[in-house]
Amino acid sequence: MLGKLNWTAIPFDEPIPLVVSIVLILIILSVLGWITVKGYWPYLWREWITSVDHKRIGVMYCGLAMLMLIRGFSDAIMMRSQQSFATDGGGGYLPPEHYDQIFSAHGTIMIFFVAMTFMIGLMNFVVPLQLGIRDVAFPTLNSVSLWLTASGVLLTNMSLVIGEFARTGWLAYPPLSELKFSPGVGVDYYLWSLQISGVGTLLTGVNFVTTILKMRAPGMNMMRMPVFCWTALASSLLIVAAFPVLTATFAMLLLDRYLGFHFFTNEAGGNPMMYINLIWVWGHPEVYILVLPAFGVYSEVIATFSGKSLFGYRSMVAATMAICILSFLVWLHHFFTMGAGADVNAVFGVATMIIAVPTGVKVFNWLFTLYGGRVRFDVPVLWAIAFMVTFVIGGMTGVLLAVPPADFQLHNSVFLIAHFHNMVIPGVLFGAFAGYNYWFPKAFGFTLNERLGKAAFWCWFIGFYVTFMPLYALGLMGMTRRLQHTDNPLWDPWLHLSGLGAVIIMVGIGLQIAQLVVSIRDRVALRDVTGDPWNGRTLEWSTASPPPFYNYAVMPNVEGLDAYWGMKASARTEKHEQPEYEPIEIPRNSPTGFVTAFFAVVMGFALIWHIWWMVLLGLFGAFVTFMVFAWRKRDEDELPADELARMELERAGAPA
Amino acid sequence: MTIAIVDQGAVSDPHARPVYRPFPGPASKRIVVGYGFWIFLLSDFIMFSAFFAAYAVLSGETAGGPTGKQLFDLRTVAAETGALLASSFTCGMSALAVQTRQTGKVYAASFFTFLFGAVFLGLEISEFVRMVAEGAGPQRSAFLSSFFSVVGLHGLHVTAGLVWLTVMLGQIATRGFIPTTMRRFLCFALFWHALDIIWVALFSVVYLMGAAA
Repeated sequence: MLGKLNWTAIPFDEPIPLVVSIVLILIILSVLGWITVKGYWPYLWREWITSVDHKRIGVMYCGLAMLMLIRGFSDAIMMRSQQSFATDGGGGYLPPEHYDQIFSAHGTIMIFFVAMTFMIGLMNFVVPLQLGIRDVAFPTLNSVSLWLTASGVLLTNMSLVIGEFARTGWLAYPPLSELKFSPGVGVDYYLWSLQISGVGTLLTGVNFVTTILKMRAPGMNMMRMPVFCWTALASSLLIVAAFPVLTATFAMLLLDRYLGFHFFTNEAGGNPMMYINLIWVWGHPEVYILVLPAFGVYSEVIATFSGKSLFGYRSMVAATMAICILSFLVWLHHFFTMGAGADVNAVFGVATMIIAVPTGVKVFNWLFTLYGGRVRFDVPVLWAIAFMVTFVIGGMTGVLLAVPPADFQLHNSVFLIAHFHNMVIPGVLFGAFAGYNYWFPKAFGFTLNERLGKAAFWCWFIGFYVTFMPLYALGLMGMTRRLQHTDNPLWDPWLHLSGLGAVIIMVGIGLQIAQLVVSIRDRVALRDVTGDPWNGRTLEWSTASPPPFYNYAVMPNVEGLDAYWGMKASARTEKHEQPEYEPIEIPRNSPTGFVTAFFAVVMGFALIWHIWWMVLLGLFGAFVTFMVFAWRKRDEDELPADELARMELERAGAPA
Repeated sequence: MTIAIVDQGAVSDPHARPVYRPFPGPASKRIVVGYGFWIFLLSDFIMFSAFFAAYAVLSGETAGGPTGKQLFDLRTVAAETGALLASSFTCGMSALAVQTRQTGKVYAASFFTFLFGAVFLGLEISEFVRMVAEGAGPQRSAFLSSFFSVVGLHGLHVTAGLVWLTVMLGQIATRGFIPTTMRRFLCFALFWHALDIIWVALFSVVYLMGAAA
């Protein structure tokens, strides 16, 4: 009846997961209870859960990413403290089978549900505003994407309470991840969570490629698009080209595990190295899916806060698209030790070094934008400058790793761990925080507290160096990754130092939470009445903060790069007469995304636990949902011109 | 790099600078939907290409079991190809009939589309059943795992297409030729023809090369 599911799935004998699960369940129940008592459900359902507005969806993506950052960081600090305690033969406090789940969950959550979710959130909120349009190409599909991502998040976190998570590392290499060596449900949780959220991501990619190529405001030719839109386009193209490979690879591993196929097994001709190749054909572009939108954020932030247009716009666009293509030509550098031979390794090593060239172009463009500008050192700029300094160090260690003979020494050492954290934390996370501080006033109508923002920044910046520089040293001293305990006294001081760094980052996260709370408390004093708190250059700053649900009452007419700056420079922002309003088609809200995601969770859970009748139930439910959506009477509501004029007048007249 | 078009009048003057024609603004729904669906189809092709790559790597790994040459029956495959191509032809007819809103023609052409698609599926399933009965199921060897996956994935797409077609006809029956339905029919036609492209690759890479090897 319930497949493999029974009471042994609940970790009664493991105090840490049990206590964490109970606390989490209590927190969730109390939040749900609070919403019920306050009577917020109808509001949440109407305005958020069923919303197809790209701004709301973007905010929800970012909120989800921030929650998952706390989950992923909890894993991180557990790992750092375990390695700090479990020295000289001490066992620490995490048994090996639990420690293995923690590092696997940390990587999975941080890449899929923090970095990518945050970037897609920013893209959702910003891209349509920057393009001067009212929504993405497929608004309901966008909502489906969001909720499928949330389904993946839910399934991954369910594994804390019911069953276990993968113990295979974040990419689940076979043959370890095959049924023979991982008979539990951990790998299945991993695979189904990522398959479901992967579908959501793919649909996001399709949606944004179409939006950016087909839906721009009049006059916004490609070479007039803000750089963030270019990077969003490159990232979406990479999603469309790379995610199907991930889906296919996971499908093959699932066939191996569920139906006894032999793609990656040791027996019957299976080829585990094929998995490693396939997963990195997705995995290397994935790195750029994450980092390119962050590059876009930095470009916007640096230009705005320098009071100059971006240096070398054309070279920035060219560099972005060059990276987009080159990212598919370097996957083998993740496994030089496979034994492909010296020639193949040399080709991929050189290709890897070539990709540093367009990245270098970008760094110089940012530097030259700052040079000679009147730089205002607000919080977003601090993140951007910290990124440039730190990312270049990570890039250099990356070029070291791109040399195959050196890689043979450093492969799977904590030097590698230090390297990729040195890329992803400044490259993606700092970008997410810069974008969060930069666009928050646009989303909510008030700026974030500056003092706490700066304090949080310094903790993260210093904490990053204290955590990860020791790992470089340890890697060179021969420490390999994923060690549950160590017994080399020479490593101890470095491990303790690294643990201290994680504590400093924790203080930074605490300050970020405080920043949000204090800013909400002081929201009246921090109110942004102009819609343009940073003296911005791109179109999103030309509408109100927060923007009305239709974004622009009249679609802007774009006459050049930095469209809003141009309007301000020629003093055409004042509206002297009432413009010609036209009726607007507003896509109707739809619960399709949420309901589909609900059935996806049912189906995923049933597949993980082999509850076959429930699989059919989930499938049937999703099908019925689609049918109801396909037969709905109206897709859009029309906002008549006179109603629009009245709303605009009300907003304009409100302060007076 | 840009979508700008050189002004026609300037072509005669070699020294004229290209004139940017401003982007006209958001495209019509029909274009946006068709374009978006094409992008999705491209991603589908990439998923197939991963399975093709796996097949290429594993096609020699028979683990002492049967090879493609022993298993493939090219006459069945030819019949499958014929059924699928005929189904695409009638799908094209129905797409034309949708354009001119001729309900009877749409039903008739779609009936044959469905029929030929079902014949294709039936042939494929019978081939699979025969192979499994001969002890040449997907668990036998890595070669057969990859064979059943790549061909089966195409079969799953055809199945999904048949369900989709049925739903489309239901929509036309209950709602008539409203713009939403017509756009969806356009996407269905794209999907059905895309499956032909995949089949051509399957036919050549899997069956012809397998039977020859």
